[in-house]
Amino acid sequence: MTSASAPVPVEPVQDRGPAGPGGSAGPGPERRGPAVDVAGLGVGRALGFVAPALLLIGAFLVFPAIWTIYIGITNYRLTGVEAVAPSIVGLSNYTKALDDALFHNALWLTLLFVLGSAIIGQNILGFTLAWVMRRTRPAVRRTVEAFVLLAWILPSTVVAYLWVAFFDRDGGTLNGILGTPGTAWLIDYPMACLVIFNTWRGTAFSMMLYSSALQAVPPSQLESARMVGASGWQTLRDVVFPHIRGHVLTNTLLISLWTANDFSPFLLTKGGPNHESETVPVYIYNVALQGGELGYSSAISFLLLIANLLVSLIYLRLLRRRS
Amino acid sequence: MRSLRPYSPAVLGAAALALLTGCLGSSESGSGDQDANRNADATKVELTIGSNSVKGGKNSAGATFVQDVLIPKFVAEQKGKGVDVTVRFQGDGSDDEVYKQKLSLDLSNKSGPDLFNIDGIWVGEFAQAGYIKPLTDTVGDAAKVDDWDGWKQIPEAVQQLGSFEGKRYGVPGGTDGRVLYFNKKLFQQAGLPADWQPKSWDEIIAAGEALKKLPGVTPIQLNAGTAMGEATTMQGVLPLLVGTGTGINPDGKWLGDTPKLRQVLDFYRKIYTTGLGDPVLQREAKGRDKSFAQFAANKIGILLEGDYFWRSVVEPKEGVAKMADRDTAVGYALVPAALPGAGVDGQDFVSMSGGGATAINPNTKFPQQAWELLQFMNSAEMVKASLDGAAKITQRNDVNAEVLAGDPMLNFVATRVLPITQYRPGLAEYPKISAALQQATADVVGGKTTEAAAMAYQKAVEAAAGGKDKVAGN
Repeated sequence: MTSASAPVPVEPVQDRGPAGPGGSAGPGPERRGPAVDVAGLGVGRALGFVAPALLLIGAFLVFPAIWTIYIGITNYRLTGVEAVAPSIVGLSNYTKALDDALFHNALWLTLLFVLGSAIIGQNILGFTLAWVMRRTRPAVRRTVEAFVLLAWILPSTVVAYLWVAFFDRDGGTLNGILGTPGTAWLIDYPMACLVIFNTWRGTAFSMMLYSSALQAVPPSQLESARMVGASGWQTLRDVVFPHIRGHVLTNTLLISLWTANDFSPFLLTKGGPNHESETVPVYIYNVALQGGELGYSSAISFLLLIANLLVSLIYLRLLRRRS
Repeated sequence: MRSLRPYSPAVLGAAALALLTGCLGSSESGSGDQDANRNADATKVELTIGSNSVKGGKNSAGATFVQDVLIPKFVAEQKGKGVDVTVRFQGDGSDDEVYKQKLSLDLSNKSGPDLFNIDGIWVGEFAQAGYIKPLTDTVGDAAKVDDWDGWKQIPEAVQQLGSFEGKRYGVPGGTDGRVLYFNKKLFQQAGLPADWQPKSWDEIIAAGEALKKLPGVTPIQLNAGTAMGEATTMQGVLPLLVGTGTGINPDGKWLGDTPKLRQVLDFYRKIYTTGLGDPVLQREAKGRDKSFAQFAANKIGILLEGDYFWRSVVEPKEGVAKMADRDTAVGYALVPAALPGAGVDGQDFVSMSGGGATAINPNTKFPQQAWELLQFMNSAEMVKASLDGAAKITQRNDVNAEVLAGDPMLNFVATRVLPITQYRPGLAEYPKISAALQQATADVVGGKTTEAAAMAYQKAVEAAAGGKDKVAGN
């Protein structure tokens, strides 16, 4: 246990095995044999147990995903001739997406949104709250937690209404507080507003996850760190962080995916003004319903799905490397 | 909401698409092979009327009429024939684009109200999608439709609002015209005449410059940007465009990046880069509603709108932005061409008109009864009753002759504006072209140059029209 509290952790940079040219950084050398039938169920009964779950996954996850792929290769539209008789257009929706400046814009904004509100905003604010709350009186902690949780569990439409009122140009609360009448926050700084909004909205999850993670840090180590005169930052970096690294990874992955797929920006700005806050989910909605291009929007949905899968895969690899 | 709902990407796809699509290309189960006389003799009938209006909100008067007058009267009339009818009103109070999306989704899944209002410009794309059918198909008997005596009272140009490729898909519900509204109180303060009538675009700008000197006043509101949707096209680009002498679809080709389009965009640029208009308002999600509220609060000098503005927005009793002193404070003038005589057909003044129609759902359970209700709704008696003392340019000549004399503004529209007005082409591509025009104005208001906006527009129109050869460019 003591190795974790070494002041300068040695970075295991070189232990990736033989770095052959073109060789993939494949899984470790340990062999995992085929699963043994530990429970003694037999294949038939085992299948019987998982069948309900598989059916549900098939009906609500796999089938819609395949359906999305199918629509994505057609020119299906909400109205007009192509609504009745769509034709297969192959990959042209995908080539169109590669060339679509608005799609690039949406990708870029999604990246900013995830980076600003999830990876930086929710992570840091959530951790800070958890860290600070750890030693406060239970009454204070519970009150703070209740308010943070409230932001998380209120329905989106209610929250969006409150934030629109907060940012509004005419008589908005923020302008009242700052004494800046007439500043149209949602028009002039749409992405900054969304980042702040989403940080506020989603911090609860990070806070709770980090609260429980911090309990796994042995108090004796924190005590020792204080004894040897480690500063707050050193304690965090060398004592706390090594214990919760896995939690940070899990948390970051989850909130990144949720944020990337989040639709509530639409409720605040509808993607406007002039596409300046049109993240990918909002873009998909606008293309599908405003523009009626269901085929094209399906293709983009599928691209988003691939992106999500890629992020998840990277995360799984990182987790496996750690263990 | 975020982590409570497992937001797996596949679910996103599922929600967005599986719901919308139902079954692709399922044309064979359309109403073409349904019996038009199904349930014709039913004694218990249920019908639903869908409309983008709601009591106390959008088009409140229309919703009130349907719920409190039309439905009870129709029910009573049918009772006399021994038929027990229940009619439900499915009101909506959203932006027209949102209403259209909801309706298309309903219709694509073969549900939705039995009778519904649609904008005249949607008829083409709805018809192509099979969401609506020619009335003669739905009712089954051509004579039954064509012999309705109401058609004789509806002018040909107005009938076009419910028609596509020469076939009637619905009964139109009147038309409108566009004018420049101005606030006489602000005009007086700025030293401008109360009977203002600009003869060119420069005179509009000149009035704007005079109004600019008043503190806290936005001189001109000319709808721009994508957030306002069709309101940008109809109350902005198109009235200006016909003022340069061209339409959106001259000689069967869509307007591309031409000097006349650039002239329009330049005018936008002039207004929104020299402090004559409020560019932020054009970008707000609720910009149009806010512009109404600002006009009613004497903060906007000049505003281009349809007669809807007079009837339903600044109307003193039921408007969404009431002005108690509307009759004395709000002036109106014809929209001038860019220069005298430069308008379409050499006109000095121009306007654009539109309107909606009521169509029958091809998948209604009761097509015959729906057609009866549609006729009843558009009878002289009911059209008159729908006005409830107020005036409106209705679809029927006989009613117009009676009611318009009582309202000087609407009389002005009927006698001075309608003779010089233009209609939008009833083509399925129109909404896409319109969206491209909105984007072009959004670009200009957002600070792009006219050239950049016009070039991007050309590209968008080529994609929307389906080829370069369908666009009249430079």
